[in-house]
Parts: sequence; structure tokens; C-alpha cells
Amino acid sequence: MNAPAATPAPVSPLLRSDGRLRRRRIVNRAMEALATLAALLAVAVLAVVIVSVLIKGISAIDLDFFLHSEVPFGEKGGGIANAIVGTLVLVALASAMAIPVGVLIGIHSSQFARSRTAAAIRFVLDILNGVPTIVTGIFIFGLLVIGHQQSGWAGAIALAIIMLPIVARACHEVLALVPDTLKEGGLALGATRWRTVLRIVLPTAAGGMITGSLLAIARVAGETAPLLFTCAIVGPGVQTNPAQALASIPVRIFELAESPSKEQHAEAWAAALLLIAAVLVLNVIARTLFGRSQARIGRTR
Amino acid sequence: MSSASIPASGAPRLAGAQRKLADRLGDPLLRGLTTLATLIGVLALGALVYKVFELAGESFSKFGLGFVTSSEWNPVHNQFGAADFLFGTAVTSFGALLIAGPVSVAIALFLTELAPRRVRRPVATLVELLAAIPSVVLGFWGIIVLAPAMSETIEPALNSVLGWIPLFSGTPAGFGLLPAIVILTIMTVPIVSSVTRDVFATVPTELKEGAFALGATRWEMVRMVILPYARSGMVGALILGLGRALGEAIAVTMVIGHTPQITASLFGTGDTLASRIASEYQGATTTLQISSLAYLAAILLVLALIANALARLIVRRTGLRGQAPSSGAPTAPATTPTAPVTSPSGALPHPGAVAPAPGGGAS
Repeated sequence: MNAPAATPAPVSPLLRSDGRLRRRRIVNRAMEALATLAALLAVAVLAVVIVSVLIKGISAIDLDFFLHSEVPFGEKGGGIANAIVGTLVLVALASAMAIPVGVLIGIHSSQFARSRTAAAIRFVLDILNGVPTIVTGIFIFGLLVIGHQQSGWAGAIALAIIMLPIVARACHEVLALVPDTLKEGGLALGATRWRTVLRIVLPTAAGGMITGSLLAIARVAGETAPLLFTCAIVGPGVQTNPAQALASIPVRIFELAESPSKEQHAEAWAAALLLIAAVLVLNVIARTLFGRSQARIGRTR
Repeated sequence: MSSASIPASGAPRLAGAQRKLADRLGDPLLRGLTTLATLIGVLALGALVYKVFELAGESFSKFGLGFVTSSEWNPVHNQFGAADFLFGTAVTSFGALLIAGPVSVAIALFLTELAPRRVRRPVATLVELLAAIPSVVLGFWGIIVLAPAMSETIEPALNSVLGWIPLFSGTPAGFGLLPAIVILTIMTVPIVSSVTRDVFATVPTELKEGAFALGATRWEMVRMVILPYARSGMVGALILGLGRALGEAIAVTMVIGHTPQITASLFGTGDTLASRIASEYQGATTTLQISSLAYLAAILLVLALIANALARLIVRRTGLRGQAPSSGAPTAPATTPTAPVTSPSGALPHPGAVAPAPGGGAS
């Protein structure tokens, strides 16, 4: 692919080798170097962020960190047990709401809707996905918190609204990938539409749908903005009742970061390490699963 | 494989009558359920827009459209206006795009044209993982690591070289508009670069080979074939990045310094629509203040909706039709494996896209 062979045939003005060729090659080299540099820069930023979280976080992680809840300002031995439990509850509730609905939307837009309608549905999902998460927080604040109080339910619903378009879009994409021949095979054997969908289409696309769901979970596990107005003012100790406001890791980091104390910063680093590790592991699992399921669809094709 | 055996083994298991009933009810039932779910999704968006505007009602009836141009935000005197925040949002978002745009195009070019096959996939994944870092973590990193670096090294350097430009005058502070721009750049590069890469992948191979055959260097091919061909797609990608930058609340609120003001210097502190909302989460007391925050949210919502709708329409029009997924996935802040999901789908139903096939095959 080394572009201009230095043949003297003056077919094209681009091939004229009147000293400009050298300049053109230098420009080409420079641009290639810049592009490579840009990619290196992006990877380097990722590395710098992860390494600084790792270095500063690992020294603050001990058993107390996992087993204790926060302690009053200035005392030692605090942990984020309540935030870990709260995040687990919030994400579980949000997933229980968003994943089934998202999967059904994906089935509708890929299997039942006409192409125009399907495009419209995708458009709405994209728009919903583009809503700033802080605005989603304000929405749920107005809907569920004003006149009542902050609660785990409010936070979970806010997170579910953020998950919904991610899950639905991912499901649509993978369901649309299932080869028509497979579906037609089912239909030709006399199976009804719903049975074909449930027994042939869904199992074939299961890997991709799980990937989409895991990515959505990874996304909302780290969300702070939608929880600020809906599920941030928490009582002491470990709470699991979603009728109360639940602590969460991102909100805790947000609060700790504003504190001037070194101990609290150390705790924030530790919490950040835990969060970033969980999110990255979920991402890696999701991508691996997806690679495998792609290979499987490839074979059935 | 398993699918072929299903009708055979599954069918006889059901007794005749039962099966008929299931068959008759099954189709409408599944169709009804999925339609219902779709309605829930559409309703969620509708309710969201309605509720935010309703909440903003009190503030709107008091300040009207003058809210947008007034720069006073004073909860004690019940005076609220959004001008300073609009300024902050505009400066930080466009500043971030100014850096993220060229960088993203360069990354996309590296991934589609330069990188050896074996390197492409890992590098693309790493760039996308950048978007997976929770914004609160990035913000905290901004406070502890970036801010000191800004105030001690980067900003003094900029100041000494470019200090004669008002943008880079003033005292380096560590917190303010410039750190917010840097953080937003980090958050937008993954999205913009992954959409741009998908757009580049649709450039027909014949066109590229044509340029090479005429003796073009690789850069000349890029400049004369890829960039013109992908122009509108790149614009779409940038607007998508803009939509993301506009709405980022947490990371920005942590580094921007919270002084609503309009300043010529990037070293100055500021505030954006989203960061102001986030920072008053515990402080809002009067209904008018809450309503004014919702007014800010409504402005933000309108801006984000316009940006996203525009970006979708542009990207969709640019021949990504077969891969519309790709244009969608990245907003799913590119935590979604844009490349893996899209390339195969693009290769399938869109025979026009010659290029994605090899790329997709490699990934």
C-alpha cells in the first residue's frame, strides 16, 4: 500500500516527481504520525486514569472498608458497606424494571413493527438515550419525590429510564441479525410466529442481548446525576428497604470528593477503585460474551 | 443447530387442544405485550418532557423568556437567570469539541487506515472503555490529579506563550473552564471517534483504490476521498458529541469552580446548566428555586433533544442506513461495543458497504 511508486510515467499530475514528491511524502508521514499519536494519547489517558485510581485506591482498601458504613467526620475506620449494598439494590431493581421492557421493545421493533415504525421507535430510543441524566433526575424528582421523600424506588426508576434505551437498542440490533432463513425454517415447519420468536430467534440472539444488558448495568452502576435529587439524603447504617433513600457508591464518592479531609479522600479513591473495577469487569465480560455469540450466529448462518 | 430440532421435539409434547389454544392466543399475546412495552418507552420520554416543563412553569411565569438573558442567580433575593450558565455550557462544550473533533478523526483514521489488523480491535476497545469510566470517578480524578497539573504546569505554560490572547490571560487556578474542557474532551472522544470510524468504514474501497492508482499518498487519499465522502457523517458525530458534552453534570460540577460569571479567560471559573443543577441538589429550598432549576433542566433538555435528533438524522442519511445501529449504539455512551455490533450488521443487509466487510471480519 505504499502509495506512489516512483515511476516516471507522467500519467497523472499526482505522479510528477519534480521535488514535490518528497514534500508530499513528508506530509504523508507527518499525518500518519499524528493519527497514531492521537490513538496513543487516548489510550494513555485511559491508562493514566486507571493507574492513578489503582495506586491511590489500593492503599485505602481494607476489611473495614467493606464491612463498615460511614463514620462521623474525623473518625477512622469508616467504610462504604452501606453504599455497596445500596448500589446493589438500586441496580437490581432498575434491571428488573428496564431489562424485560427493553427486551420486549427490541422484539417489537425487530420482529413485528413495519420498517417505518421500527425506525421511528429506534429514533425515540436514541432521543431518550440522549437525555442528560441530570434531567432524568429532575423528572423523577418532580414525579416521585416532591410531596413525598427521596427513596430507593425513585432512584431505581431513574436508573431504569437510563437503562431502557440501551437495552432496547442492543436487543434490536442483535435480533435483527438473526438470519431470516432460521425464522423461515421455523415458520415452514408450521410453528406459529410467537413460537418461532421464543424458541428460535431469542435463543440465537441471547448472547447479544445479555451483552446489551450487562453494558446497561455497567453504565448505571456508575451514574451519580440521576440519584442526586432522588436518592441521596440517606440515614446511617446499611439499608436495604427501597422505600427509604439508599446510599450508593457514586453519590458517596461525590460527597467524599467535596470534603477537605485526607482520610475522606483516601476513602473516595478506594470507592472509585471498586467502582471502576466493577464497571470495567462488566464491560470485558460483556464484550467477551458478545464475541462468542457472534461466532455462533456466524456458524448457524 | 439446536433450532432445527425444536419444532420436531417441541410440537408433540403439547396435547392437541391445548396447543391450538396456545397457538391462537400466543401471537396476539406476544404482539400485545411487545406493543405495550414500546408504548411504555415512548410514554417515558413524553412524560419526562412534560414533567420537566411543568416543574419549570412557576419560574417561567415569573421570569418568562428573560430568564435566558438574565445573569443573576440569587436564591436569597429570589432572582434567577440562566445567561451565565448558558455561557459556561457553550464555552465548555464547544471548547471540548474543538479538541475532541480533530483528535477523534485522527483516531478513526488510525483505526480504519493505518493500524495493523491485529492492533485495531484492542485499540478500538480501549478507546471505547474510556467512555465507561464513571463520570464521578473522572471528576474526582480531575480534582486531585488534573487540577494541580493544570495550575502548576499546563496553564502557566499556556499563559507564558499565549498570554497575550485574552483566552489565556489571568491567573492559573486549577479549577475553572479549561479543566472542564479537558474533562469533557476525554468524555466525548470515545463517542465521536467510534461514530466517525463507522462512517469511514462505509467509504467504498474502489474510491480509495482509485486514488492510490492515481498516485496519491495515503494522506492525499484521505484528504481527497475519505474526508469529503464522510463529511456529513463527521458533522453528525460531532453533534452527537456536543449532545453528550452539554448534558454532563457531575464531572463538570466537580472541576468548574461554581462561579456563575461570563469571563474572557479560560482560566476563570464558571458554571454550566447541568453543573448548576447538580450543585444545588441539597440546597434548593423555595419552590421558585426548584422551579428555576427545572427551567435550567428544560433548556438543557431542549438543547440535548435538538442535538441528538439532528445528529441521528445526519448520520442516518450518510449511507449508514444498513448500519443504523452504529449511529445508535455510541450514544449508549459507546460503552456499547459499537464496532462489534455494527460492522457485521452493516456487512449483511447493506451490500453497498464494501469496506466494512473486511474491517468487520477482522474484529
